[in-house]
Amino acid sequence: MQARAGKGHRQMKTLVLFLALSAPLACAAQESVRLDSAPIDPRDVASLQAGARTFVNYCLNCHSAGMMRYHRLLELGLTEQQIKDNLMFTADKIGDLMNVAMTSKDAKAWLGTAPPDLSVVARARGPDWLYTYLRSFYRDPESPTGWNNMVFDRVAMPQVLWTLSGQQVQVERKFRNLEQAEAAGRQQKNAWKIDELTAEQAGQDGERFILKTITTETPGSLSQIDYDILVRDLVNFMTWMAEPNQLARKQTGYVVMLALLVLLVLAYLLYKEFWKDVH
Amino acid sequence: MAAAEKQPVTITGAGPFNGVMSGLLTWIDQRFPLMENWRSHLAEYYAPKNFNFWYYFGSLALFVLVIQIVTGIFLTMNYKPDAAQAFASVEYIMREVPWGWWIRYMHSTGASFFFICVYLHMFRGLLYGSYRKPRELLWIFGMLIFLCLMAEAFFGYLLPWGQMSYWGAQVIVNLFGAIPVIGPDLAIWIRGDYVVSDATLNRFFAFHVIAVPLVLLALVVAHILALHEVGSNNPDGVEIENAKDPRTGRPLDGIPFHPYYTVKDSFGVAVFLIVFSIVVFFMPEGGGYFLEQNNFIPADPLKTPPHIAPVWYFTPYYSILRATTDKFVYWALAPAVVALAALIAWSAKTSAVRAAVGVAAAVLLLGFFTLDAKVWGVVLMGVSVMIFFFMPWLDRSPVKSIRYKGPITKVAIALFVVAFVVLGYLGTQAVTAASTLTAQIGAGVYFLFFFLMPWYSRLDKCKPEPERVTGK
Repeated sequence: MQARAGKGHRQMKTLVLFLALSAPLACAAQESVRLDSAPIDPRDVASLQAGARTFVNYCLNCHSAGMMRYHRLLELGLTEQQIKDNLMFTADKIGDLMNVAMTSKDAKAWLGTAPPDLSVVARARGPDWLYTYLRSFYRDPESPTGWNNMVFDRVAMPQVLWTLSGQQVQVERKFRNLEQAEAAGRQQKNAWKIDELTAEQAGQDGERFILKTITTETPGSLSQIDYDILVRDLVNFMTWMAEPNQLARKQTGYVVMLALLVLLVLAYLLYKEFWKDVH
Repeated sequence: MAAAEKQPVTITGAGPFNGVMSGLLTWIDQRFPLMENWRSHLAEYYAPKNFNFWYYFGSLALFVLVIQIVTGIFLTMNYKPDAAQAFASVEYIMREVPWGWWIRYMHSTGASFFFICVYLHMFRGLLYGSYRKPRELLWIFGMLIFLCLMAEAFFGYLLPWGQMSYWGAQVIVNLFGAIPVIGPDLAIWIRGDYVVSDATLNRFFAFHVIAVPLVLLALVVAHILALHEVGSNNPDGVEIENAKDPRTGRPLDGIPFHPYYTVKDSFGVAVFLIVFSIVVFFMPEGGGYFLEQNNFIPADPLKTPPHIAPVWYFTPYYSILRATTDKFVYWALAPAVVALAALIAWSAKTSAVRAAVGVAAAVLLLGFFTLDAKVWGVVLMGVSVMIFFFMPWLDRSPVKSIRYKGPITKVAIALFVVAFVVLGYLGTQAVTAASTLTAQIGAGVYFLFFFLMPWYSRLDKCKPEPERVTGK
């Protein structure tokens, strides 16, 4: 602000900036499954409708969405009759919450763990996680359900979309160095991760990096592209459902910003006018 | 003063209702010290004319307090402090209460912005020596407000009853359990149960919506009264009271708070509202720092999340807690206490002080090698917050403002800021060996800034202060 104090301040600011930027470098990130970016768009009504259909058909039997009411689906451009005829299987009234008949006690007895409520799961996990998770199931004979997941190891949930997705298996490829393994991983359409062995575990050939991917063994009724689109729509719907007011929030935000900018200009002019005589 | 002796209030300038308004104000003023307070706190409270950017954050903190109270009242109308209903009631507010999402996001964003404003406000005090005589009590009231704010944030964070709410509260309450002898019983007394439960939620709700806000408001009043008693400091750190107009008795470098600073602060509020609204409307989760992802999972006493971290504004102190390992206590804390005791003994004028320091150091050393490091982590975390109270007596510099302080102080403040930011960042991350070492170094810098201040602030080569405030 003042030239007089300027030099020392600048040096201090540079020092602060330099030290603050260099510190996080000391602790690098750890390897895990690379999540695919979910290509979702909460304004795409057709996609949200498709996602709602998949959600009530495949998810809303074990999982509830107990903070969501059916009538909010009206906001997706559906009529009350369409919702009642196509999307409400167990509820009577359009104002009902999206609950399921299974109690959590029964669920624990039958499935080992109660399936979590999905109302806000997209905010807890993030759309990328859901998008990758729902495309990363594979057959695992050691698991009680016969299924496992790349993103969520030993998950209790089986692949309920298997008639659509087909059945996948996990494939392992060994590499001598991390760069090669990562380069091969980036070629994959699906999720991948790299496990690192110790030198003793790797043995003679020294192939320490195991790239784990999944590949389709038995195709389902959908091609991989169509299945990805189905999951995209489902995740899009779940993300919308986690905060149905998100579009209204942003639209309101633009109006508020405009009003605040007017306020800013007025407040600035008032300030300058009053301060004209302060020297 | 008897009511009748007061002069009638007259409104000058043209206006159709001036007569009625003057009559009304006169009626009130003869029964209540309205004009007296208006003059002493606004129209004739003289503030230095050279306030800069840093001086916006006091009024902004007050503004956020108002936001928090008003939005809090509306949230309370629909929130249910019940372990079985709390999580769903927050979602009910988000989804079904008209404009509920807006109220809730203002409150959750307001919590973080409250701390941003208060931290910048405190940093201003640090830069310009606003805690120095005669403003010690003003600073202490401010620090008490900061403590209340931390309590308020902590109690409030449990209310959404998500996983982070639950386990964050569990971790913090367990800290009290580390206190020798009474700890475990104290933790149960705070929780009202053996684990964080419905009883805990209910009492935290009571603390959050009434007990702490009452104290907070009283302290804010005391803070402002103390400020108006001693007058505002300024970026030059020289008293405007020293140069008065001999005719009017008003400070030559002072301007009435109203209208000058009311309009200037209004401009500050407009800028603040733009930044605040960008977060509220376009990024209410604040990148996972203002609303944490894990908190969208309902609290589950049987599932401990792999990574528990407090909200960002507590993370510097949390980092210090985690950095306090056995090795840190033996190899850093113990030698530091010995060195500091020697330094104090060497500087002390009386042998009584020397003896007291020796005994204190011996007791601490005994404690370091007998009690668990966790206890000392809790102690250090407490000290890292409480040490701010002692700033008025730690700083021995002949000048107040950083503008006239020497290079040692400037470097010390720069290092302190870096340590604070780095500790804050590390507190949000999972622990690794490298991050623990970094946090230990950060904690060292943090404490040395305060504990060596009595010496380096006196040694530093300061520039002479000007007679009157400079610049604009």
